[in-house]
Amino acid sequence: MPRVLLFIPLVLFITLSFFLWKGLSIDPRALPSALIDKPFPDFKVEALLQSERFLTKADIVGRPVLVNVWATWCPSCRQEHEQLLRMAQESKIKIIGLNYKDERQAATQWLQQLGNPYAFNIYDEAGMLGLDLGVYGAPETYLLDAQGVVRHRHIGVITEQTWLDIQLLIESLGVNK
Amino acid sequence: MIPELGEFALILALGFSLILAVIPLYGAASLNSLWMEYARPLAKAQFTFMLISFICLGYAFAVDDFSVQYVANHSNSQLPMQFKLSAIWGGHEGSLLLWAFILSGWTLAVSLFSRDLPLDMLARVLGVMGIIATGFISFLLWTSSPFLRYLPRFPADGADLNPLLQDFGLIVHPPMLYMGYVGFSVAFSFAIAALLSGRLDAAWARWSRPWTNIAWAFLGAGITLGSWWAYYELGWGGWWFWDPVENASLMPWLVGTALLHSLAVTEKRGVFKSWTLLLAIFAFSLSLLGTFLVRSGVLTSVHAFASDPERGFFILVLLLLTIGGSLTLYAFKAPSVKSESSFGWLSREMLLLINNVFLVVMAVTVLLGTLYPLLIDALGGGKISVGPPYFNALFVPIMSLLAISMGVSGASRWRQTTVVGMKQQLLMPAIISVVVGVIFPFTYGDGFNFRVFLGITISTWVIATALQEFKGKFRNADSMMTKLGQLSPSYYGMVLAHIGVAVTAIGITLVSVYSEERDMRMALGDKVELAGYQFEFKGAKRVKGANFTADEGTIVVTLDGESVVTLHPQKRHYNVKRSMMTEASIDAGLFRDLYLAMGEPLGDDGAWAVRVHYKPYVRWLWLGGLLMSLGGILTVFDKRYRRKSTNEVAHA
Amino acid sequence: MVRFFVVFLVLISNAYAAIDTYEFKDKSKEHRFHDLSADMRCPKCQNQNLADSNAAIAQDLKQKIYLMLEADKTDTEIVDYMVARYGDFVLYEPRFNAQNAVLWLGPIVLLVLGLLMVIWLTRSRNKAKQDNKSIPELDAKQQQQLQDVLNKDNKV
Repeated sequence: MPRVLLFIPLVLFITLSFFLWKGLSIDPRALPSALIDKPFPDFKVEALLQSERFLTKADIVGRPVLVNVWATWCPSCRQEHEQLLRMAQESKIKIIGLNYKDERQAATQWLQQLGNPYAFNIYDEAGMLGLDLGVYGAPETYLLDAQGVVRHRHIGVITEQTWLDIQLLIESLGVNK
Repeated sequence: MIPELGEFALILALGFSLILAVIPLYGAASLNSLWMEYARPLAKAQFTFMLISFICLGYAFAVDDFSVQYVANHSNSQLPMQFKLSAIWGGHEGSLLLWAFILSGWTLAVSLFSRDLPLDMLARVLGVMGIIATGFISFLLWTSSPFLRYLPRFPADGADLNPLLQDFGLIVHPPMLYMGYVGFSVAFSFAIAALLSGRLDAAWARWSRPWTNIAWAFLGAGITLGSWWAYYELGWGGWWFWDPVENASLMPWLVGTALLHSLAVTEKRGVFKSWTLLLAIFAFSLSLLGTFLVRSGVLTSVHAFASDPERGFFILVLLLLTIGGSLTLYAFKAPSVKSESSFGWLSREMLLLINNVFLVVMAVTVLLGTLYPLLIDALGGGKISVGPPYFNALFVPIMSLLAISMGVSGASRWRQTTVVGMKQQLLMPAIISVVVGVIFPFTYGDGFNFRVFLGITISTWVIATALQEFKGKFRNADSMMTKLGQLSPSYYGMVLAHIGVAVTAIGITLVSVYSEERDMRMALGDKVELAGYQFEFKGAKRVKGANFTADEGTIVVTLDGESVVTLHPQKRHYNVKRSMMTEASIDAGLFRDLYLAMGEPLGDDGAWAVRVHYKPYVRWLWLGGLLMSLGGILTVFDKRYRRKSTNEVAHA
Repeated sequence: MVRFFVVFLVLISNAYAAIDTYEFKDKSKEHRFHDLSADMRCPKCQNQNLADSNAAIAQDLKQKIYLMLEADKTDTEIVDYMVARYGDFVLYEPRFNAQNAVLWLGPIVLLVLGLLMVIWLTRSRNKAKQDNKSIPELDAKQQQQLQDVLNKDNKV
């Protein structure tokens, strides 16, 4: 039995350790969007604040936008709200809200009380648009380019840091500040 | 004061471990018997202080000392006392303390039950265990101390233990499991000691065997308990999910099974030494890998402790040093010399080696499936999932091959067997197995079913061949009774364990194929039929428990008009954690379980969503597991392990 | 901040069994529903399938599966629908493609390799035994030489 063969277990182990080490810096629960570089799904859903108006994909395309998935039952969304207000003031980019599986009255009150950073809100009561988008919780934020193609998804609250990262992405898409 | 005492005791234990890790090993290398003699008292000292530390943490729980962070996070004044104490291992820090405590216990045991062992061997074994202990106690003190305090302001009451853990299962499952995980460190230490000393004779195998068998038995019992606990606790009637943490316990058990068979061959025949050494290292490495997977946050699991990549990094370093070091030692010092005896193509040695291959491939399959999502993600391939469909598809066929091979091995002889001889012994069991396998689905079920045929045939094969071998023992015996007494506990243990495998296989086969389940809406007075039983919903009422309130349903079960049982599933709302939990109600039976769980209340008419399960032969699963562990324990009572050897130990 | 999101998820995922009361007229569809919801992963739970999870998203996905089954969609269509939205992550049975080849074929390859190694080892062991058999016997002259050497030692 050649001695070299006895080194195989050690070599295999070192290879495994390398992967385990890499694994330590990966978050196993962060799910990348399946729609990256794919078009935003078509939809026809009521607007939140104007229940007679129907919104479609045409309302979203034309320039790069952020689509923010939020709901009143989501405590982190409450946290994120101030940051969104700041972003709406600072930047020219439109933030479109996707009110996910929520109640119209509660959502309207929330916006009245806390301020409205959104250009308009899609009232996805049943969550079907969310399903088409691959939403699995709130808050989530999608960055779309001018053609309505999904370029980036952020899971969780947007902080100062993440806003800086997103701004870099937006610049590469060519929105004037 | 007491928690600080606990921390201090831990520091002292670390000190002793450090000395234990260095002095006796140095003494063995330089043949200094005084230094080697230190091993035993050091082991005792280490144990004493680990015990003190453990008791201190227990005390903090018992008196509701919520100034201790760990107690505040895992306990509550309303928690019943048995759970307050079990909460010691309900979280990461405390369970790690349990791990280290059990390690010191095994170290003590080795130091006490080793009069047979030459001093230098004992010194090395205890020394290696000291190295492992140093690693773990350092880990505890550096990153995961259970004695940290919330001072000066601490909560008035604790955050309560997770309701899922407030159960008998918590009291028994983790300690059993850890006894097994940690117990494999003994086999590991023996292997390393053998490699260090160059003394790789059959005696090493003989010393290792009882320790390995006990550890294996504990691990098996732990896994069985875990499966049983998940079944009745989680509310959906499953018993194995191929979850990463479950896999982390199954892998060392599989390799441990290979190891204990390989040790038997090495002891009896002096062959497979390198392979056995490698298996001993592999089994404990899998224990350590399991520790890493569960505590580092690298994999997602319902069972995982609160994850922290920083801790994960520490454990990874521990892994690199222990496993990397031992595999390096193995590569340099494992014997590449041919062993003493040889064996033929068709022999018990050969067949046991083939069985080893099956077992190791099964373990590697589980490892591959568990780690593959991580591998792909690390290589930038995105996120994938590997779950039950994969594991079942690959595991079951290989296990079936193993079971068939088990039967064949039983009929083989050491060194050389003839095909004719085996055919003679195996023909009858083969015929019986196939006949039973074919008939069973017709009589029990409603027609032929291939999976049932396969499962029943193979299980009957294992039992029939075991009985055939048993019968063969009496061929030349004068009297049955004397022969029964003459057969060693080792042999009885083996037969019991092998039958346990068959019993588990029968349980798995039948519960997978013939179980029935229905989810439905039941209002007051509604009747439902499942598997011949009638279930009538008699409404739900509010009840109060120690630290919860519950909606308790009443369901009357009848079979052909005759009353069978009344079941009371609960939907509990725990006061402190404000979480809900389903407490299923089970009518347990040897040949079937009736399992009821309540879901959500539906509507105002008092209707509830109710799940009804019929689970045939599910208890056989765990019975088989128990038989296997009992078999393992039985082998340890063999006379040859208790005899004080006055013979010269054979040298390599 | 991911931690906060994680904490939020943990808080709302309660530990109780998900019991859905979907009515199926077709028994085979009910069977397919059970299989599909058991083999698909809840996108945000800690490793649970759709069948056992009570998370909101799991309920939505089960609802969608139910609707698609009632609309006479095939299993492949349903699976593709889910994967298009949530990625391969949502499948508990990894697809058989180039990326997963090692996963599916690895164990079988290993098994064959292992058995081959056993055969090779036994053969080389037996061959060595054969080689040992061919040690020539000593002839008369050599036997005498051997005796002389042994006798010399005895004298010392």
